[in-house]
Amino acid sequence: MAVKEIDARGLQCPGPIVEVFKAINALKPGDEIRIQVTDRGFLEDVKTWCRKTGNVLVSLEDGQPIKAVIRKK
Amino acid sequence: MTKNAIIMFSGDFDKAMAGMIIANGAAAMGNEVTVFFTFWGLNLLRKPGKVKVKKTTMDAMFGSMMPRGPEKAKLSKMTWATGQMKKTMKRKHVQEITELMTQAQAMGVKFIACTMSMDVMGIQKEELIDGLEFAGVATYIGTADESTITLFI
Repeated sequence: MAVKEIDARGLQCPGPIVEVFKAINALKPGDEIRIQVTDRGFLEDVKTWCRKTGNVLVSLEDGQPIKAVIRKK
Repeated sequence: MTKNAIIMFSGDFDKAMAGMIIANGAAAMGNEVTVFFTFWGLNLLRKPGKVKVKKTTMDAMFGSMMPRGPEKAKLSKMTWATGQMKKTMKRKHVQEITELMTQAQAMGVKFIACTMSMDVMGIQKEELIDGLEFAGVATYIGTADESTITLFI
């Protein structure tokens, strides 16, 4: 399993979600993305993004930055 | 695949930002996104430099008075503060309008220029950016009909 680290700190909407999308396309099923984001909207956006795209939100940690782990379906 | 259709009627900077953020966001959700640029919105597709094409006097006049490309677009309110708003956005790391448009196209968002508006405004294909399709209302309706979201901006 590959893990792709993304530092999206400082990026504003829709930057972080665009980064997640680009990264997931380059991965294989089961691979994971670990991302750090400072845009507050991401906390809700990442949930919706995973629900709509069918990828798995493994963990989501609120803070500065917000940290999320997403697994490709 | 989920489809989304956006009509970009306005050429105002703030509305273009909204339209392009939504287009990029929708593409990032894995949706098939089409943006129809019509009327004032057509100016967002213009190349920044002057392009040599044959025009009538009226078309040339219109062309020279309208903004060439998104960098020339102004806020819909407080137009005098456009420069200040852009500086603030830059400081806060908001992506720039041209970058959002390029990124949208790179993510597969389809840009369609309305040919009737082009004719009315005297804008020719050569004056517009690359990667466009050219069509009319039937194409929009055809796409909007199959879309889950359709917006008029």
